[in-house]
Amino acid sequence: MAAAIGLSILAACSFAAGWICPSGYAAQFRDAPAVAPCARFPLGTDELGRDLLARTLYGMRLSFLLAGSAALVSSAIAGLAGIAAGVLGKVFEQSLEACSNLLMSLPWLFLLLLARALMPLGMPAETSVLVTFLLLALLGWAPAARVVGASAQSLRQSGFTLRARAEGAGNWRLIWHQLWPNLRPLIATQFLVLLPGFILSEATLSFLGLGVGEPLPSWGGLFRNLEDYSAVAEQPWRVAPLVLMFLTVACLQSLSSEASQRKT
Amino acid sequence: MKGVSLVLLTALQLSAAGHWGGELRFAIYSDPKTFNPLLVTEQSAGVVRYLTGGMLIRWNHATQAMDPELAQSWRVSPDGREIRFELRPDARFSDGAPVTAQDAAFTFHTLLDPKTPSPDADAFRLGGQQVTVEAPSERVLVLKFAQPIAGVERLFGFIAIVSQRTLQSAADPSRMPTAGPFHVAEYQPGAEISLVRNPYYWKTVDGRRLPYLDGIRLKIRQDRALEVNDLLSGELDLIDSVDPKAFARLANKGSVTAIDAGPSLDSEQLWFNQNPSAPLADYRKAWFHSPEFRRAISLAIHRDDLARLVFDAHAQPAAAIVPASNRAWNNPALKPPPFDPNAAQKLLFSAGFRLDKGELRDTAKHPVQFSIITNAGSSSRERLGVLIQQDLERIGIHVRLITLDFPSLIERITRTFDYEACLLGMVNDDLDPNSQMNVWLSSGPSHLWYPGEKTPATEWEAEIDKLMVQQSRETKTALRKKAFDRVQEIVAEQVPVIFLVGKHSLCAYGPRVGNASASPFFPQTFWNIDQLYIRAGHP
Repeated sequence: MAAAIGLSILAACSFAAGWICPSGYAAQFRDAPAVAPCARFPLGTDELGRDLLARTLYGMRLSFLLAGSAALVSSAIAGLAGIAAGVLGKVFEQSLEACSNLLMSLPWLFLLLLARALMPLGMPAETSVLVTFLLLALLGWAPAARVVGASAQSLRQSGFTLRARAEGAGNWRLIWHQLWPNLRPLIATQFLVLLPGFILSEATLSFLGLGVGEPLPSWGGLFRNLEDYSAVAEQPWRVAPLVLMFLTVACLQSLSSEASQRKT
Repeated sequence: MKGVSLVLLTALQLSAAGHWGGELRFAIYSDPKTFNPLLVTEQSAGVVRYLTGGMLIRWNHATQAMDPELAQSWRVSPDGREIRFELRPDARFSDGAPVTAQDAAFTFHTLLDPKTPSPDADAFRLGGQQVTVEAPSERVLVLKFAQPIAGVERLFGFIAIVSQRTLQSAADPSRMPTAGPFHVAEYQPGAEISLVRNPYYWKTVDGRRLPYLDGIRLKIRQDRALEVNDLLSGELDLIDSVDPKAFARLANKGSVTAIDAGPSLDSEQLWFNQNPSAPLADYRKAWFHSPEFRRAISLAIHRDDLARLVFDAHAQPAAAIVPASNRAWNNPALKPPPFDPNAAQKLLFSAGFRLDKGELRDTAKHPVQFSIITNAGSSSRERLGVLIQQDLERIGIHVRLITLDFPSLIERITRTFDYEACLLGMVNDDLDPNSQMNVWLSSGPSHLWYPGEKTPATEWEAEIDKLMVQQSRETKTALRKKAFDRVQEIVAEQVPVIFLVGKHSLCAYGPRVGNASASPFFPQTFWNIDQLYIRAGHP
């Protein structure tokens, strides 16, 4: 419950970023670079005089939206693949297994770097971010598909499914009336499991300078202010984005644990 | 000088009498790729070469002139085709063997052997492939060139004299005899290199052989983030290159001496792709080929803000190819372009561009937008890019900043030419214009905006080619300077490269180091290594 409330507050703040920080994330107050927190800039400014609160909130919004969308796509693929494996039998099940193994063996960071290197330079920053997250979604569904597939197979062998088949139910009816209602909570849980992973992946890529491009803010980009460890003790407010990301991921982990426990 | 330069041994001037003994500790950022001083291609190997190598003559950072070292005198012939060195009689390798002219001749024969992949050899072949090396006596070395090489003396500052024994033991650096102030005692890959003093080093003070230090411990650290903390805790004694953001904090610590040594030779610049075979739309190529367009972009960039915000004012707006710190070659008539967005817009309007609802459009009404690529992981370059983005937005130009991993970036700017503009830095450790031939000759592989032109694409590039070749063969310094000044003027007029800022050298010494004297040029903190000492009471 506390996790849900915490996450709601964080999400609400991020979506109210335009109202909380009307000057936006890109405005450069060049007369006020690297200032400490004050009434005008509650989290201070970065070296270019940009409001760090605005950048943190907009970065959080971007992360919620894009990681959320990627997790949605990934869990949808995982759900479809898992249900198909459960219904279509051995051959599809083995294909899914092989495909999952392949995807989970891929050096995804290298693939993302390669994809970024091959992107046309004329592509707007927003589109390149979307493509990056789409790639994350397309590469990240395999573990969730395995979980959903295993459950779908177990459901296929369950008494009520066998009875439905005996009563003449076809595959579509079986999926719609037997598998989907039973697998829905599991797929929702997989969404919650995938979401923090995608948030952390985006942060990693952006920290390396290969994720969200400037001037768009992102958590990973903001963490680069922490590269100089020795400065953090003197300017502790620099850790605010890290704390917010930690809270977000912790809330999501807690929610996914609660969801898993509810399911069991 | 009338074509002849004769330099006699000058008395060594020390800034203060030192304390003998002790070990200096500082960091290098990777394992040296080689200990063979003739094959140095990267900085860590360069540091080891600087500390252990004995040069015939060496560049003095304080006077910006060559000092005698293993050679006690040298003379360039009036036609500039011959240089004759007289070696000092007391020069010895660290194993006690004398340094002879035969060793020096062996060094240059090996260096100039086509089988030796030495990056330092090409500079000696500027005057043609034929370089004759002779050792007519134990102490005399003569090199003869097919064509005169301007400023030939400076080339010898990079060549450490080796003997056959040195190269035979290059695989085990602890057994390599060297003729510099130190030699390698132990190498632990990935951890550290321990150097100890050369007991036979030729330079003396008060009858005792320098260096003051017993040894140097080079700690191999790939992560530079903790270097400042290590300096403050006393684990390290100096940092050659301090990040501007960390510099302010260090400067506030009483125990550490943080020094802004002034403008270095390193600069940051932006250039547009002018390669006609680039896979870009023709109208975009037309923008980039337009000198008015390039000049307007240059005028619209607020260089003072770049220096102040990105480098904490430890940089200065760049004016031209050569920074003011290079006193011999800087053209003082050239000043950094002022920040003037109105003048930039006027220039663009004169070239047919128009503003449409705040957006700049060319004569065919294409919106003027382009991307700037730079290398990922460089916070300062990303910040420069973000400031330039906002500056150009004021004149109606939308810029996309794209960070790429370094190999991808190099692939684009040197092979596929699939880019519009590039923001990168230029690192230079040689003051002479000949070191920049590969950049300014139109056929040069590092001719940034259009590498390897078969024939000069424009008249002004043809003129630069002519002037660069002319200065490289001219032995009279004043005439070389005149030719290179004109090159700098042409580059300032045509703006093929937009020079943004010249970075200062920021370095720091811990409290143990005596005789510290920082230089803006590599190696900033230990260029006078044989005179640095550990203060008494600081074991």
